[in-house]
Amino acid sequence: MTRFIPVRETILAGAILVLLLLIASRFAGFVAPSNLANVFNDTAPLIILALGQMVVILTRCIDLSVAANLALTGMAVAMINVTMPGLPIPVIIAIAILLGAIMGAINGVLVWKLAIPPIVVTLGTMTIFRGIIFLISDGKWVNSHEMSPAFTAFPRMELLGLPVLSWTAIITIALFGIMMARTQFGRSIFAVGGNPHAAVYTGINVGKTQFWAFVVSGALAGLTGYLWVSRFAVAYVDIAGGFELEVVAACVIGGISIAGGVGSVGGAVLGAIFLGVVKNALPVVNISPFWQLAISGSAILIAVAFNARAGRTKGRIILKSAEATQ
Amino acid sequence: MSVLKKLAASAAMAAAMIATPAFAQDDVRIAIVVKALGIGFFEAAAEGAEEAAEELGNVEIIYTGPTDTTAEGQIEVINALIAQQVDAIAISANDTDALVPALQRAMQRGITVISWDSGVAPEGRQLHLNPSSNPLIGNMIIKLAADHLPDGGEVALLSATTTSTNQNIWIEEMMAVMGDYPGIDVVATVYGDDLADKSYREATGLMQSYPDLDAIIAPTSVGIVAAAQAVVDADKVGQVNVTGLGLPSEMAGAIESGASQSFAIWNPIDLGYSATMLAYELSQNGAEAAPGAEIPMGRMGTLTLDENNEGAMADPFVYDASNIDDFKSIF
Repeated sequence: MTRFIPVRETILAGAILVLLLLIASRFAGFVAPSNLANVFNDTAPLIILALGQMVVILTRCIDLSVAANLALTGMAVAMINVTMPGLPIPVIIAIAILLGAIMGAINGVLVWKLAIPPIVVTLGTMTIFRGIIFLISDGKWVNSHEMSPAFTAFPRMELLGLPVLSWTAIITIALFGIMMARTQFGRSIFAVGGNPHAAVYTGINVGKTQFWAFVVSGALAGLTGYLWVSRFAVAYVDIAGGFELEVVAACVIGGISIAGGVGSVGGAVLGAIFLGVVKNALPVVNISPFWQLAISGSAILIAVAFNARAGRTKGRIILKSAEATQ
Repeated sequence: MSVLKKLAASAAMAAAMIATPAFAQDDVRIAIVVKALGIGFFEAAAEGAEEAAEELGNVEIIYTGPTDTTAEGQIEVINALIAQQVDAIAISANDTDALVPALQRAMQRGITVISWDSGVAPEGRQLHLNPSSNPLIGNMIIKLAADHLPDGGEVALLSATTTSTNQNIWIEEMMAVMGDYPGIDVVATVYGDDLADKSYREATGLMQSYPDLDAIIAPTSVGIVAAAQAVVDADKVGQVNVTGLGLPSEMAGAIESGASQSFAIWNPIDLGYSATMLAYELSQNGAEAAPGAEIPMGRMGTLTLDENNEGAMADPFVYDASNIDDFKSIF
């Protein structure tokens, strides 16, 4: 059942437009194309992480360790850059993705082979990863003047008018669009989340699919770790503290069902953009900082409520007669 | 190790301990006890202590501390110093209360005890030297911005969280002295929650909301670094000056890029110098540590004690392009 215009995504896109109009009425400069490009750039890390999280949530798991993974990878590559300033950036990026994937694999193995609930596994690894950052860095910061100019310049480099950071997000979106719709792995993710028992009968290894979902999420967290540290030009223990909740929130707003099996790439991206717009707008619309937390929380709740209503009419009814008897 | 060998070793050690004072009988021995050895900030303080020793002439500095930042480690160090019969102990404490018994024992044996940087409870020391005070910090952060705005201008505050006690007190103290800086307008106070990304976003938002903004004051080390990066990325270096409180090692890049003209934080060298001077005054010149007392501390002026026998050394020290290179490797 493929719709040409998915309802959920359309509602969310509409909500983002209304939000932009509301913001524009208070601060016209916000909707200038150059500023919207900045907002997208600022939201890029959230989009990338939300796509990774989406894959995990679709398989009925959750990855709470993404922010800690990001911070640990970020610290590791920053320290590598300080000791070996000559190391080319593609190598740094490869190391970041690999490190992140390894951390994701640890989550995956624990969920797959030891069958520990994912929320417990990733809560544990989240704390462990943060602890490791403390161990390797001694609690010290890696600062902008210690990083090589190439290291901090990469995400800011402009290609066709957009910084590399934005392009990374766009490429990730494209890759995920293809992966989720056209590859065996993408389809088996939906199958595992939608109905694990049925998935087993079709020959899909549920645990293994979940494992790979965690690896994908970890690899993206690792990539974002480098981008984050180079963008803000600082690495320390607490970077991206609490960011995992924002990532989960972006997925939930984007209509990805926490129960697994339901969701789309477009939803996750729009969910992330929604949060990104709220976060970037709050500082400029001149609202008391004491209200900001409450407002961004309410925005999330409203978006989710909308989504829940939109999703209510949907449902898979296999036997029409069974529905009639209810 | 055989019992005999052990005995011999202890005897040798005891002999050494008794013998040491005989070698250095003329020198006043002041022990600078730090939270842990190998921390740049304290190494710099030791440098200041040596400077004071040189100025005083007959002082020997014993720079010591545990290898990790624990109160137990410091208690061992204090006990060793009591055994060595030093003249004074100046300590930056790992725990306010845990060190009190050991330090009281030292005082009973006639050793002068003061704390500096990180204090000990009043009953465990004669006085405490604070690097600065809230009014001095509040005045300094606005002065840093105003010094580069002779014709006045718009400044905004980027703080930590809405509930950060230190920052709120400093901002309050700053607002209290705004009358001394005519023409300077505080247009907004925003909160970066001590997160690099949120602080960056808030700083970017400030520059958008107030296109004529001249300075961002961030009295928090995460905020000041993030704001400096935001100014660089927004191409506003030279238009918006980022200032406030930060560490030289973290701010070196911002000074280099020009996003920050200057910022402030305590100077560990001055702190070590003042602690040594105070310890000397109390132990040798009969200065009395009592509320209201004014005790000289060499080139740093005098320390005035409050009702808790605490005093503030000086204004926070200003770091800029001229001295950042000397300090960025220290702390």
